[in-house]
Amino acid sequence: MSSLFEEIREPVASDVPVRRVSITVNGEKRTADVEPRLLLAHLLRQGLGLTGTHTGCDTSNCGACTVLFDGKAIKSCTMLAVQADGHEVTTVEGLAGPSELHPIQEGFKDEHGLQCGFCTPGMMLAAKALLDENPDPTEDEVRWALSGNLCRCTGYQNIVKSVLWAAQKLQSQSAS
Amino acid sequence: MTRALDEIKIGGLGSSRKRVEDNRFIRGRGNYVDDIVLPGMLHMEILRSPMAHARINSIDTSKAWEIPGVRLVLTGEMMATRNLAWMPTLSYDTQAVLATDKVRFQGQEVACVIADDPYIAKDGCEAITVDYEPLPVIVNPNQAMADGAPLIRDDKENQHDNVIYDWEVGDKEGTDRAFAQADLVSKLELHYPRSHPSPIECCGSIADFNRATSKLTIYLTSQAPHLHRAAIALVAELPEHMIRIVSPDIGGGFGNKVPVYPGYVVSILASILLERPVKWIEDKTGNLISTGYARDMYLHGEMALRKDGKILAMRMHADSDHGAFFSDAQPSKFKIGLLHSTFACYDVPAAHLTARGVYTNKAPGGVAYRCSFRVTEAMFFQERMMQAAADDLGMDQAEFRRRNFVRDDDFPHRTPFGFLTDSGQYGKCLDVGLEAIGYSDFLKRKEEAKKQGRLLGIGISAMTEPLGAGNSREYDILGVKMFDAAELRVHLTGKAILRTGAKTQGQGHETTWAQIVAHELGLPAEDIVVEEGDTDTAPYGMGTYASRSTPVAGAAVAMVARKVRAKARKLAAHLLEVSEEDIDWELGRFYVRSSPEHGVTIQECAMAAYSNMPDGMEPGLENVAYYDPPNLTWPFGCYIATVEVDPQTGVWDVLNVVAVDDCGVRINPMIVEGQIMGGLTEAYAMSSMQFITFDAQGNCVGSNYMDYLLPTAWEAPGYELHEVVTPSPHHPIGAKGVGECATVGGPAAFVNAVIDAIKDTGVRNIDMPLLPDRVYEALTQRHDVSGAPPVKTDD
Repeated sequence: MSSLFEEIREPVASDVPVRRVSITVNGEKRTADVEPRLLLAHLLRQGLGLTGTHTGCDTSNCGACTVLFDGKAIKSCTMLAVQADGHEVTTVEGLAGPSELHPIQEGFKDEHGLQCGFCTPGMMLAAKALLDENPDPTEDEVRWALSGNLCRCTGYQNIVKSVLWAAQKLQSQSAS
Repeated sequence: MTRALDEIKIGGLGSSRKRVEDNRFIRGRGNYVDDIVLPGMLHMEILRSPMAHARINSIDTSKAWEIPGVRLVLTGEMMATRNLAWMPTLSYDTQAVLATDKVRFQGQEVACVIADDPYIAKDGCEAITVDYEPLPVIVNPNQAMADGAPLIRDDKENQHDNVIYDWEVGDKEGTDRAFAQADLVSKLELHYPRSHPSPIECCGSIADFNRATSKLTIYLTSQAPHLHRAAIALVAELPEHMIRIVSPDIGGGFGNKVPVYPGYVVSILASILLERPVKWIEDKTGNLISTGYARDMYLHGEMALRKDGKILAMRMHADSDHGAFFSDAQPSKFKIGLLHSTFACYDVPAAHLTARGVYTNKAPGGVAYRCSFRVTEAMFFQERMMQAAADDLGMDQAEFRRRNFVRDDDFPHRTPFGFLTDSGQYGKCLDVGLEAIGYSDFLKRKEEAKKQGRLLGIGISAMTEPLGAGNSREYDILGVKMFDAAELRVHLTGKAILRTGAKTQGQGHETTWAQIVAHELGLPAEDIVVEEGDTDTAPYGMGTYASRSTPVAGAAVAMVARKVRAKARKLAAHLLEVSEEDIDWELGRFYVRSSPEHGVTIQECAMAAYSNMPDGMEPGLENVAYYDPPNLTWPFGCYIATVEVDPQTGVWDVLNVVAVDDCGVRINPMIVEGQIMGGLTEAYAMSSMQFITFDAQGNCVGSNYMDYLLPTAWEAPGYELHEVVTPSPHHPIGAKGVGECATVGGPAAFVNAVIDAIKDTGVRNIDMPLLPDRVYEALTQRHDVSGAPPVKTDD
């Protein structure tokens, strides 16, 4: 892949220092030349076109930009793209294959865990990080695990139900 | 023999149908403004004022122009050469687009930089130097109205002070007479603080002017695309048919995305000048310090009471802080919105309300944050006043309300301020709520807890509110009447597309509008696609806010489906070879009355509309309906919260919350409940932690999410929901608005509960948010706690 902003910054990029990074995004190795100040969230959104990762607050409070970084939930608006060099990132687009849904995605739809949808990708990835570590969480554990992610629409009750729904489905899948 | 379809199975009225829009959102495939990338697109950033009130001596942009990649720098002076430095507001005032003479609030837009990428645009803003000369700052109405107060709006001719309006409504003499006969007069004063709607997605636009076609396409975070098209046509003096607004997926609105913001206007001009698409995406601080505030009202009330608990009259005064520009996005003919809908659920024989609006050095506000134009302040004050009056009478909270409720057989009921409420069963809702919370049992627990030094409290809030602006007689925006339209086109295979002028932002219109069509036509909801938000294709509408979509656009959907059904009936008569009078309708099918087994489905009628219409009939099966509501809908909500206050710290925890909502017929119960839980959480947020205020210099305190606290899943309480159904008598399917009810009615339940818990201190009021330090101050010093700005800051 070419320099992140190269195509749209035609005549001026020559004096801007860039660094080559190599990141495995949703299982696929991606290489990009980036400015050192470029945020990971912006690389994902604008460089790689993965717009399911949203930016809401710029201060790592809202969690709309949450992605998995080597399996842990992190806020991609407060990580530089260069810090991700050599690491693995999973975004909402990588939760399931093209014609499939991850049980967390199914749970959010089934339990009406979203309204405007803006916080949803971040919520689901925070939920995935939880369920990967703790497949059978209590309601309180779910609420605590999601407390880095803000939602203005749902009031959270249905989000919690969605995650518990997914936990149950994942457990019954692994049991069978 | 009837063969009517099972309405729930086809996803009709009352079905908790899973949402259609979720299919893209859960895959991360939503399409929000910031997700849109156009070829050759440039990026805009806004330089904002750090000062709340200052004269601009000079602006030096030369360094910004030198940065490689900067394409354009715009200041107020340059906007003025195109007559765009100021724009009209929705409340007949003017607002600066980019400041020319002086800045009037912290965060005001001063200059814009357009560059190849957003990082360079930010660099450009940092390179601009502005020479400010500080002026005295005003952050509350008392300061604004004080003798010798600095004049904020010296740009306006004939504006000699900071008062925007003085307005009154009601019967002053009758109210005075009633007060003269009162056994008891109860009083309350409070400040409903500023609040910011704060959707997670900030505002933004992409203006794309195409010189070749002269067409201006604007992708906009807009709750009201048609309204914005009209406003932009007027502001920018562009022909309306050459403007296309596309409102794609919206990451929450809550009223924040109703006004027209300077960033939109500048991005449009920049695109016209540069002939390239220009994207502006606001950052969170920009959103919090400059866009659509809500509330900020000082309320003073007196209630005349008879010993037995009967309310005789109400007297109220409101001082409203509108910030530097009067840009309330409210469409009523009343200066203070629908504040005078207060006490609509109670039988109050006489009432009088005065209101004064003032300018201050704060961001312009007055948006209806999950609210119908000041009803949140109205109902909060009402229910706080009801508690204070009950306490003064020594009467039980619930009994005092019950005694004064408008009775079930008293509808339509004319309120003392002239509204006509449509229907309700208020007493029943209260009973359901009291039963659910275990009222009498809780009162006993509370007394027992007190003996152990624990402070338990219970708060009740009950209210009806006016939802569904217009009717067109009383509601308009800049003269444009408030109605909505729906357009339905049934294809030959019986599938259909429905378009409305509303704009979903999480309410689930793509799901629920199809349910209304399913109910009216018997087409399965999954066979109907719903489209909104593109002014080139959507029929006219005033947008989605103030819980008006179901009352107005939803009614238009039912009406257009009925028009289509009327034509389908003619087609059915033709197919069945009988006269129209001889056929009956059941869900999904017309049949011969005398021979019910002979019938045709709606799908067969659709096919006939394209292939076998009777002689002389216009082909096709589609129509459009404009709906001008005869009245507002008046849902009722009863919210009851129990809390425990820690006397050592002032921290309070919510124990239980019960919500009883009567929003008439529920189209999709799952979605209604989702709306109520979201509303309750915003109510809890306002009462407990959403704190955005100003210090004496006009610095905004709470300008980011580290300071402006929104509840997370950890803090948010759990909810128990109940329903009562009283259909609206004038809405085609008996529905009422619901999206904002819990936000409007909820805050008083939480505050009343905390005040109830500390009642023994004699404290009557703590202003929201009820931060632990405020509660602690009330507990220990036994006085009311005001939250009015200015606040002290550490430095």
